[in-house]
Amino acid sequence: MKGRQAAMAVRVAVVAVFLLLLEVLCRSGVISPLVMIPPSAMLISLCEMLLAGDLTDDIVRTFGTVAVAFAAATVVGFAVGALVHALPRLRRALDPILASYYSVPFFVFYPLLVALLGLSVLPLIAIAFAFAAPAVVMSTLLGLDRVPPVLLKVARIHRLGPASTVFHVVLPAALPSILNGIKLALAYAFIAVIAGEFILSGGGLGYHIAYAYESFDNKTMYGLMLFVLVSAILLNGLLHMWEGRLLRRRQR
Amino acid sequence: MTAVHAELRGITRIYSGARDVHALGPLDLDIARGEFFAVVGPSGCGKSTLLDVLAGLAAPTQGTVTFEGKPVVGSVPDGIGVVFQEDASFAWLDVADNVAFGLRRAGVDPTEVRRRVDYALGFMGLADFRRAYPAQLSGGMRQRVCIARTLVMQPRLLLLDEPFGALDQQTRLLMGDELLRLWRETGSTVLLITHALDEAAMLSDRVGVMSARPGHFIDLVTTGWPRERDSRIVSDPGFGVITARLWSSLRAESMKAIGRTK
Ligand SMILES: Nc1ncnc2c1ncn2[C@@H]1O[C@H](COP(=O)(O)OP(=O)(O)OP(=O)(O)O)[C@@H](O)[C@H]1O
Ligand SMILES: [Mg+2]
Repeated sequence: MKGRQAAMAVRVAVVAVFLLLLEVLCRSGVISPLVMIPPSAMLISLCEMLLAGDLTDDIVRTFGTVAVAFAAATVVGFAVGALVHALPRLRRALDPILASYYSVPFFVFYPLLVALLGLSVLPLIAIAFAFAAPAVVMSTLLGLDRVPPVLLKVARIHRLGPASTVFHVVLPAALPSILNGIKLALAYAFIAVIAGEFILSGGGLGYHIAYAYESFDNKTMYGLMLFVLVSAILLNGLLHMWEGRLLRRRQR
Repeated sequence: MTAVHAELRGITRIYSGARDVHALGPLDLDIARGEFFAVVGPSGCGKSTLLDVLAGLAAPTQGTVTFEGKPVVGSVPDGIGVVFQEDASFAWLDVADNVAFGLRRAGVDPTEVRRRVDYALGFMGLADFRRAYPAQLSGGMRQRVCIARTLVMQPRLLLLDEPFGALDQQTRLLMGDELLRLWRETGSTVLLITHALDEAAMLSDRVGVMSARPGHFIDLVTTGWPRERDSRIVSDPGFGVITARLWSSLRAESMKAIGRTK
């Protein structure tokens, strides 16, 4: 506990020093205001936009898209992972595809998706889902693979049926790995949605950042970037806390 | 005492793969009801495989298994409890919930669950650790959790695969005494796999000595101990005779198992 608090303090200190340095560099003119505005100005800009309600639509749109893609990726990814695990022949066919999945820059298909689905949130959901779901599939497979065979023997000795075995033995044993996949899925969905909005869309935080960039509106752009950064960190932190609660006492 | 509780006939087990591994047999074995039977044998000779086959966890390649007069095929019969060689505690449950696992799945009444779990925890010296998680326990304590989880089910045939492997010698002796007490109290049949010859000689009515892989019984030694016994019989003159006989049967096989001929 002591060690964790110390590590946290160090982390906060590093970030604080970095921000302070940026602030000094910007204010002293070493970094030109055309390139970057001081962190304090970013924060002020962000607060102004939030208070004026300028961001509400974008926030709802972006986070709504992320939530839908993330939820779908988690549910479908888990179901597919479990199914593939249960069917070894399908598994052998899919393994090479899964192994090389993230080496393909399938973001190039995003414009195609827009052409197919129109300039709505649908292509964004699709690309974010495609980005996030395989992480859940893979971690589910990994988790199921790693259930120690002896635990399955214990289940059989206690004469558990298939459903009971899955619910009371397999899933709890595979949970840490599955949670890992879920954490990745959230990060990937967030990245994909922001990036997709950036490239091509009619709204959302990413779109708003790109728009501000093109109109040389550094104040808005950096305020928005700060918001995206902070919310990504907060979301991830929340998931970590949730995971920590679930797994608190089982680490070996 | 003479009624047969479990019977193995012409059992072999071959693990098929790129290279087939003939792990066990052919062997025959009758275990009497209420008997304490110990199995010793060189590493890798098929002891754990024998246990899997006997419990109905693995099908024999050839031969038949009978438990309480009924053939064992495809599933684990009611009344068999197993403590495995590997750590089989559930990392996500605390000690008390681990021990209560089987009772809860079987729908046993909560007050009865509580009673049996308390008894087993006391019996295994885990009463102070009921809310601890396996990650916070030593290997030997985790093994005791698994023993307790098996005992609460009150099996009629108890199979133990090196249950005290992670314990020091003194604790082993004491746990052996506890096991003897339990065996007397419950009247259950016990099959104990162990690599410690003195443990086998001290605890059991009969010791089966297995050959190197593929394992079969090369000697069956009847100890002749009274039912009322404890670890103090190690000072009985007969004890030395038994361990000496076990070792002379086992020596050549153990050498084979590690790849030496003489
Ligand atoms: N799943 C498996 N697939 C292939 N071979 C196996 C498998 N399980 C065991 N074996 C082989 O079968 C033989 C017997 O294994 P087993 O685990 O029954 O031995 P053991 O007597 O319990 O050994 P130990 O004393 O080390 O616990 C060994 O040679 C082992 O390599
Ligand atoms: Mg073994």
